[in-house]
Amino acid sequence: MDRFVFLTIDGLSRGAVYAAFALALVLIWRAARVVNFAQGAMAVAAAYVAYTVAAETGSYWLGFVVAIVAGLLLGALVDRAVMRFVDHTSPLNPVIVALGLVLLIQAVLGMLYGSEFRPAEAPFSRSALTVGGIAVLSPYDLFVFAAIGVVVVGLAWMFSRTPVGLRMRAAAFAPEVSRLLGVNVGGMLTLGWALASGVGALAAMLVIPTELGLHPHAMDLVFVSAFTAAVVGGLDSPPGAVVGGLVVGLLLSYVSGYAGSDLTPLAVLVLLLAVLLVRPGGLFAPVVARRV
Amino acid sequence: MSGEDLLVVRGLVAGYGAAPVLQAVDLSVPAGTIAAVVGANGAGKTTLLRALSGMIRPTAGQVVLAGEDLRGTPVEQLVRRGMAHVPEGRGVISELTVDENLRLGGLWRRDRADAGRALDEVYQLFEPLARRRRHLGHQLSGGERQMLALGRALVGRPRLLLLDEPSLGLAPRVVARTMALLRQLRDRTGLTVLLVEQNVRSALAVADQGVVMALGRVVIAAPATQLRDDADLRHAYLGF
Amino acid sequence: MSATQAAVPPKQRPAGAGERPVDRRRGSTLLRHLAFALAAALVLVAVSYAVEPFRNFQLATVAAYLCATAGLTVLTGLNGQLSLGHGALMATGAYTVAFCQNAFADRGMTGGWLLPVSLGAAIVSTVAVGAVVGVAAARLRGPYLAGVTLAVAVVVPALAVTFDGVFNGEQGLSVPVEPPPASLGPYFPYERWQLWLAGAATLLALLLLANLIRSRYGRTFRAVRDDEVAARLAGIHVARTQVLAFVVSAATAGLGGALLAVLAQSVSPGAFSLTLSLFLLMAVVIGGLGRLAGALWGAVLLVALPDLTHSVTELLTLSPAVAQRLEGNLPLAIFGITLVVVMIAAPGGVQGLLSRLGRALLARWPARRS
Repeated sequence: MDRFVFLTIDGLSRGAVYAAFALALVLIWRAARVVNFAQGAMAVAAAYVAYTVAAETGSYWLGFVVAIVAGLLLGALVDRAVMRFVDHTSPLNPVIVALGLVLLIQAVLGMLYGSEFRPAEAPFSRSALTVGGIAVLSPYDLFVFAAIGVVVVGLAWMFSRTPVGLRMRAAAFAPEVSRLLGVNVGGMLTLGWALASGVGALAAMLVIPTELGLHPHAMDLVFVSAFTAAVVGGLDSPPGAVVGGLVVGLLLSYVSGYAGSDLTPLAVLVLLLAVLLVRPGGLFAPVVARRV
Repeated sequence: MSGEDLLVVRGLVAGYGAAPVLQAVDLSVPAGTIAAVVGANGAGKTTLLRALSGMIRPTAGQVVLAGEDLRGTPVEQLVRRGMAHVPEGRGVISELTVDENLRLGGLWRRDRADAGRALDEVYQLFEPLARRRRHLGHQLSGGERQMLALGRALVGRPRLLLLDEPSLGLAPRVVARTMALLRQLRDRTGLTVLLVEQNVRSALAVADQGVVMALGRVVIAAPATQLRDDADLRHAYLGF
Repeated sequence: MSATQAAVPPKQRPAGAGERPVDRRRGSTLLRHLAFALAAALVLVAVSYAVEPFRNFQLATVAAYLCATAGLTVLTGLNGQLSLGHGALMATGAYTVAFCQNAFADRGMTGGWLLPVSLGAAIVSTVAVGAVVGVAAARLRGPYLAGVTLAVAVVVPALAVTFDGVFNGEQGLSVPVEPPPASLGPYFPYERWQLWLAGAATLLALLLLANLIRSRYGRTFRAVRDDEVAARLAGIHVARTQVLAFVVSAATAGLGGALLAVLAQSVSPGAFSLTLSLFLLMAVVIGGLGRLAGALWGAVLLVALPDLTHSVTELLTLSPAVAQRLEGNLPLAIFGITLVVVMIAAPGGVQGLLSRLGRALLARWPARRS
C-alpha cells in the first residue's frame, strides 16, 4: 500500500511535467497545425543556458527565470526565422524541418557543452516527507505541482479571459477572417510559438533534475511520453493534454515500480499505438477515427 | 446621394496565379450610398471584394479609400482605415461563442469605451444574438450567422462595408430583412456599402447604384433605379 | 488497370529519372534496368581495384546505407508516408544477421551460402516487423505517423538494454564473417571483398525496387500519395498499398542494417539511435524525395560528410577534447542545417536540382538547332 501511494504521487509529479510539455505541443498544434518535434531539443537548449547562468551566478532561481525567457525567445526565433518560410501545403514539410532543427540544436549543444551527462541540481529536497509513517510528497514534488499549476491556470485564464487570448484562438481557428477583423495573425503565431517553447523550457527545468541530468538527448524520451500524452488527450485539446499527461505519468510510474524501469520506454510505445489504433482522436474526443 | 466618393477603384487587375480574373476594373462609390455589384458566376465579383480588402494582392491599379491610397496596406490594417469585409460564407468562427465573435470585431479599437457601446448597439440591433451570447458559432442557424457576421463588422464602426453574397442560402424573408437593415444603416449612420449579389432583384431593390460585371470588367455602372426599370438595359446586361 | 493510371493526376507526376517513358517503353524496362545494374557492377569492380582498401570499405558502407535510403525514398517520396523509425528497422536486420551468423559459427558450419541465408533471414524478420508497424502506420496520418515512428526509433534501441540477456545490452554482439573465398587468391584485400558483397546485395535490391517503381504497384503508390480519396475512387485499396510500401521499405532497410552489421562485424544499439533514423530521413530529403537516384546522393553524403569534417578538424589545431566534440557533432549540425535549408529552398533536393538543370539544357538544345 505504501508503495502504491508512493508510486501514485511520483507518477502524478512526473505526469505534471508531461502535462506541461504536452500542453506546449498542443499550443503549437492548435496555432500552426505543426507538431513541434524540435520541442524537446529546444527545451534542453534553454535548460543548458539556465544551468550555465546558475553556475556563473550561483543562483538557481536566476537560472530558472533565464530558462523560461530563453525558451520564449527560442520559440519566437524558430517561428520567425525558420517555420515561417516552410511550405505548409504538405504536412511532411514542417515535420522534416523540425527534425532538422533537432539535429542542429543537439549538435550545437554537444559542441558547446560536450555529450556527457552533467549533474543538474534540484532547488528543493527530493526526499519525501512522511505523514503517519507513509512517505508521501517531497518538497520538490510540491514545487513541481505548484509551478505547473500556475502555468496551466495562467494559460487557461489567458486564453479564455483576455483579449490577446481571444485573438490567438481566432487566429488559430480562422486566420483569414481574423486578419479581416484586424488581428495580426503572424504575430499571434509567433506568440504561440514563444509561449509553447517557454512552457517546454519550464518542463525541462522541472524534469531534468529527476532524471540522469543535463544531456543534449535528455528530453528525447520525455518528448515521446509527452507526445503520447497529447495524443491520449486529443492533439486539439489543452485540458486533454493535462489529463493525458497525468495518465501517462501514472502509467509509467506503475510500470517502472512494479515491472522494472527498463520497461517504461516500451510501455510508452504500446500506449501510444493502442490509443492511436483504438481512438485516434484521443480518449476525450467526441468524434471517432478520421478515416480518409 | 451627393457627397464625396468614399471608395474609388482605378484599373484594378487581380487574380489567382497567372491569369488575372479582374481586368482593369474602374468603380466609385459615393459616401453614404449602397452599391450593388451584380453579374454572372465567374464575373469576378468575389475576387473584386477580395482584392479591395487585400486578401489577394492586386497586380495593377489603385484602390483609394477616403482619399487614401491603400496600396501596400496589410489586410489587418484595413479595418483601422474603416473598411469591413464580410466574406462569402460569412466567416463566423464556429469554435468561438457569439459574444467572442462580436468582441473580436472591436478588439482593434483604441477607444475601449466606444467599442463597448458599439457591442451593446449590435446586441440591440440583433435581438436573437443577445439571447444566444454564450452559444458557439456552429450552434447558430443560417440567419443568425448572417446577423453575427454583419454585427461583428458593425462593432468596428466601419465607414465602408463590403458584403459578399449576403443572401446566399437564406430564406427570402431573412434576405428582405437584411436588405432593409442595410438601408436603415445607410440612412441613420451614413454607412457606405458595396454589396456583391447573385440575387439581382433584391440587390437592385436596396441599392443606389448598380454595377454590372462580366468577365472581370465593369460593363455598366448606373443608378439602380435605371437598371431596374429600363427593360432594354436589363435584357442586355442582366438577362431578365 | 487503366483506372489506376487515371488516378495519378498528370501534373503531379514527378519528373523523376525514367518516369516519362513508362508507357511507351514498358517492354524494355526490365532490360534497361538490368543493363544499368550490370554497368554499375562493372564500374564497381573496376573502382574496387583502383582505390585503396579504406575507400573500398567506405564505398561498401555507402552501399549499405543506399539500401536503407532507397527503401525510405520509396516509402516517403513515392508513397507519402513519413518514417522516423527506419533506424530501428535497420537494427532489426542487423541483430538478425548477428544471431544467424553466431548460430552458424557456434555449430561450426562454414560455406559461402551461409551469409546469403543470414541476409535473407534479416530481410524476413524485418519484413515481419515492418508489416506490424506498417499495418499501424496505414491507419495514421501526418504528425501521428511521425510520432509513432519516432517512438519506435527511440524505444527499440532501448530494448537492447531492457533484454540484455538476448541482445547483450549496450555492448552488443559480434558478427563473425568468413574471409573471402580462397579462389580469389591468398592476398585478396578483405575490404574489396566487403565492397563486392555489399555492392552485389545493394544492386540486386535497387534493381528490384526500380522495377517495382515502374510497375503498376509503383503507380498505385504514387496515386495514394497524391490523393487518397481519388485513389480509392479509382479502385485502389489504400491501406493495402500503404502496408505494401512499408513492407518493401522495411525489407531494404533490414538488408541495409544487416550489411552494416556484416561490414562492422558487430552490432550495438548505439549504432541505431534516433540520430541514425534522422540521418536517413535527411539523406532522402537532401537527395530528393521520390527519386531513387536521390537516395544515392543521400547515402554518399552520410559517409562523406563525417569523413570530411574529420579531415577539417584534423587540419585545425585544437585540444583533443574540443576536437572530439567538434568531430562528433559538426556533421550533425551540418546535416541539420542542410535539412532545414533544403526543405525551405529546394524541396526537390539535389536530384531535383540536377533534373531541373538537365531539362533546362535539353530544352535549349533542340531550340538552338531548329
